[in-house]
Amino acid sequence: MDLTPIWLTLKLAGITTVLLLAIGLPVAWWLSRGRSLFKIIIEAIITMPLVLPPSVLGFYLLLAFSPQHGPGKWLLRTFDIQFVFSFPGLVLASVIYSMPFMMGPIKSALQQLPPSLSQASHSLGKSRWQTFIHVLVPNIKPSLLTAIVLTFAHTLGEFGVVLMIGGNIPNVTRVASIAVYDAVEQMDYGTANTYSMILFAITFILVISVFIFNRYQLKSPLE
Amino acid sequence: MISIDIEKKLKTYQGEQRLKIALQLPEGSITKIYGPSGAGKTTFLKIIAGFVKPEKGIIKTADETWLNTDSKIFLPPQKRKAGFVFQDYALFPNMTLQEHLEYATTDKAWIKRLLDIGRLENLVIHKPEYLSGGQQQRLAILRALAIKPKLLLMDEPFSAIDAKMKMTLITKLKTLFDELATTVLIVSHNQQELEMIPGEELNIP
Repeated sequence: MDLTPIWLTLKLAGITTVLLLAIGLPVAWWLSRGRSLFKIIIEAIITMPLVLPPSVLGFYLLLAFSPQHGPGKWLLRTFDIQFVFSFPGLVLASVIYSMPFMMGPIKSALQQLPPSLSQASHSLGKSRWQTFIHVLVPNIKPSLLTAIVLTFAHTLGEFGVVLMIGGNIPNVTRVASIAVYDAVEQMDYGTANTYSMILFAITFILVISVFIFNRYQLKSPLE
Repeated sequence: MISIDIEKKLKTYQGEQRLKIALQLPEGSITKIYGPSGAGKTTFLKIIAGFVKPEKGIIKTADETWLNTDSKIFLPPQKRKAGFVFQDYALFPNMTLQEHLEYATTDKAWIKRLLDIGRLENLVIHKPEYLSGGQQQRLAILRALAIKPKLLLMDEPFSAIDAKMKMTLITKLKTLFDELATTVLIVSHNQQELEMIPGEELNIP
C-alpha cells in the first residue's frame, strides 16, 4: 500500500493552511473595517472559488502559469519556478481555492466584536496593530479555530483544481483524492477504498473536534 | 483649558438632527452633561476622544490642536489619550481584571492604588464574565484612569453601581481628579445620579 498520496495531501493541506492564516488574518481584518466599493470587489474575488467550478479556476491557472507564455514564462526565466505540474503549483491553487474558508469566519467574527473594544484599546494609546494582536484576535478564537480546520479539511478534499494544474504525477502531485480517482479508473476498488476511508476518517475527526471544542471550551463570551 | 466647538449631523429615529456644542473646560474642572436618550451625548464624547469625526469643528487643548476640520487636522485617539469610560464598559473578554490594568500601564504601584479605590483587590484573577455589573463598571473606570489621563470622558459611569458604593467611589475619585488635575466630562440621562458631584452643568436638548 503506497501511502505517499496521503502524506502529500496532508503536507499540501498543512502548508496551505499556514500560508492562508498568515494572509487571511490581516486581509480579513482589513475587509472587516468599512465597506468601500474596492473592498467589496476584492471580497467578491476572494469568494469566487466558492461558487466557481474548480475546473474553471484550474483551467485559468493552467493558462496563466504555463511555462510557454505569460506570467509562467516570466517566472520560469526569472526565478526558475514552475507552477504547472509541480507541488508549488498545487499550493498556489489551494491557497486561492481555500481562501474563502479562511477569510469568511474570521471576517464575520471581527465584525461582530463591538467597536468599543478597539476604541477602548486606542484610547489607552495602543496602536491598531497592538489592538489587533492583544484584543481582537484573542476574542475571536472559536472562529479562528473553525477557519483553520475548515481550510485544512477543504484542502484535503480538493480534486478538480488540483488535477487541472498538478496533473497526476506520483510522489509529486498525486494527492489522495486523485489517487482515489486513479484507482477507480484502473478498477482497483480495494486501494480506492483504503484512501477514501483514511480521508473520511481524518475529515470526520477534524470536523467533530471543532464542534466539541467550540461547544465546551471556547464559546466566545460575546456571542 | 480645553476648548471645543463642534457640529455633527445625527441620524435618529426621528430623522436628522444637528448636534452643535461649544464648550470651554478649564483644567481640572468637572462638567456634567445631561440630556434625553438619543440627544447625542455619547457621540459628543466620542468626537472628543477621536472615535467619531464631526462635519465641522475645532478641539484644542492648552498645547495641542486635536481637531480642526478647516485645516484638516485630526489627531488619532492614540495621541489624544483621553480616558474613556464606555456605557457598555467595553471590557476585554480575554483579559483578567489585573491584565486589563497591566495592558494600560506598567506602573505597579498605581495599579495597586486603583484597585484600592475600586475595591477590587480580591478579584484580580477574574475575567469580566465572572464579575457583576457593578464590578465591571468599576473596572471600566479604573482602566480609563490607569493611563493618568489629562481628560477623562465618562459615559453613564455609575449606572450599575449601588448607592453606597457610589458614595465612597465618588469621594475617592474626586481626590484622584484633584491630584492628577484631570479635566472630567460626565454624561448621564439622569440628573439625580450626579447630584453629589460638584461641577458645571450642561444640557443637550
